[in-house]
Amino acid sequence: MRRHPEWIATPLLLILLLATWQIYVVHWHVSPFILPPPTAVWSAFVYLLQTPSTWAHIAITLKETLGGFIIAAITGILLGVAVGKFAWLERTLDPFIIASQVVPKVALVPLFIVWFGFGSTSKILISAVIAFFPIFTNTVLGVKSIEPGHTDVMTSLNASRLARFRHLELPSAAPYILTGMEVGIVLAIIGCVVAQFLGGNAGLGYLLVAEMNAYQTDLLFAVILLLTLVGFACYATIGATRRLMIPWHESARRRVG
Amino acid sequence: MTPPTSAITLHAVEKRFDTDTGTVQALAPTNLDIAARELIVLLGPSGCGKTTLLRLVAGLIAPTTGAVHVNGTELWHGTTRAEAAIRDLGVVFQDANLFPWYSIEQNIALPLALRGIPQRPRLQRARELATLVGIAGFEKRWPRELSGGMRQRAAIARALSTEPSILLMDEPFGALDAMTRDTMNLELQRIWMQTACTIVLVTHSITEAVFLADRVVLLSPRPGRIDSITHVNFPRPRPVDIQADPMFAALCGTLRQRLDAM
Repeated sequence: MRRHPEWIATPLLLILLLATWQIYVVHWHVSPFILPPPTAVWSAFVYLLQTPSTWAHIAITLKETLGGFIIAAITGILLGVAVGKFAWLERTLDPFIIASQVVPKVALVPLFIVWFGFGSTSKILISAVIAFFPIFTNTVLGVKSIEPGHTDVMTSLNASRLARFRHLELPSAAPYILTGMEVGIVLAIIGCVVAQFLGGNAGLGYLLVAEMNAYQTDLLFAVILLLTLVGFACYATIGATRRLMIPWHESARRRVG
Repeated sequence: MTPPTSAITLHAVEKRFDTDTGTVQALAPTNLDIAARELIVLLGPSGCGKTTLLRLVAGLIAPTTGAVHVNGTELWHGTTRAEAAIRDLGVVFQDANLFPWYSIEQNIALPLALRGIPQRPRLQRARELATLVGIAGFEKRWPRELSGGMRQRAAIARALSTEPSILLMDEPFGALDAMTRDTMNLELQRIWMQTACTIVLVTHSITEAVFLADRVVLLSPRPGRIDSITHVNFPRPRPVDIQADPMFAALCGTLRQRLDAM
């Protein structure tokens, strides 16, 4: 325990936080429409999990988020490798890339709903657009960050283009790409939920708005908790992939001591 | 036709670099003949073109004019390099430049992987080389887990994996502390005597040059050119304490004077 004080400190902090919340709400008679006590949020959460339709909302949210994320990962990595390798392509596309990065992507949600309707397609595409940029820019950075010394090694060995890609460029860019994907998956969830706010009748984003309109603040909190858990699961999956794929990298090293 | 006893022949090799402010002559037209199994050290202050000279021989850069022959084969044909000549070369850089995503044995075996040697024999060879360079037992480790000296040993093993007849080393121990450096010089002498290859080593350390070399090629800067060539005739294997020998000190002193005069 002395080695890992956080194993005690972190749960303790959580309990302290929840206790303060509970005491504040009960003692000052805060309206449950504004801030329900943690106990009420917990019962709402349990109720939510026992409702079959909740699982359908989770499934839809996951489908739309992951759909968008996969599209973003494929296009982001392919375009990123191309732009990173060919300087002329980067110079040509640079103004467009900067412009499209500056546009607040959520501003595109109404437009996408006009174009692709209230179904899943608009949500998947919004997720994809938002998740694309961190994956793309990190891939570009990764491809461009190959150490000149490593390139010299491959040149001195007269390595073919394919061998260079397989043994040097791909593994060298992998940590950057995976960092982009870690940011990307979180943004994909945000994109999906925001798109569900504005259009449609399914998903956790929709459920959030529905509970708000019903003044069910305890359920609103429960949905937020659920979204947090879904997000955490997605993020942890990418994190695990990272440790699996680049065990050699500093970021994958287990903390010692 | 180059005589077959020459491992490396430079014939009027010149290198100019184009920069924003004009053309810089990094190496004036240079002739040099390196015999097979010779240990040549290129010594000089920074900017004397010693690294340029080594990179020209390694085929990492092409000469502006002149020709480089490796074991009788011309290195450059237009903009492409002769595969036969490249195969005879092993290169060790100032940084170990191990690939952090491969284990030590995978790094050592990388040149063999590029030549299509199957996994089992190439890892077998990697383990033999790890023993030769003195890092047996560390084959499965990541490069980041090894010290600088051990990483450089692995880099030497990698360069030796294809059994090149010529080993080119660009300040291989420049980043190491003095004590590790002495050890590595001894080790290099042993490896050289064991493998019977030709070594061209770049350094700016006078003692390292005199300790290792059959011939010390002293280069002077602006433009880089050969200043003088010094023969070193101490018997081998040379022990570290030969550095205390008056003859050794005298050779170092002469080289020091020439360097100071530049």
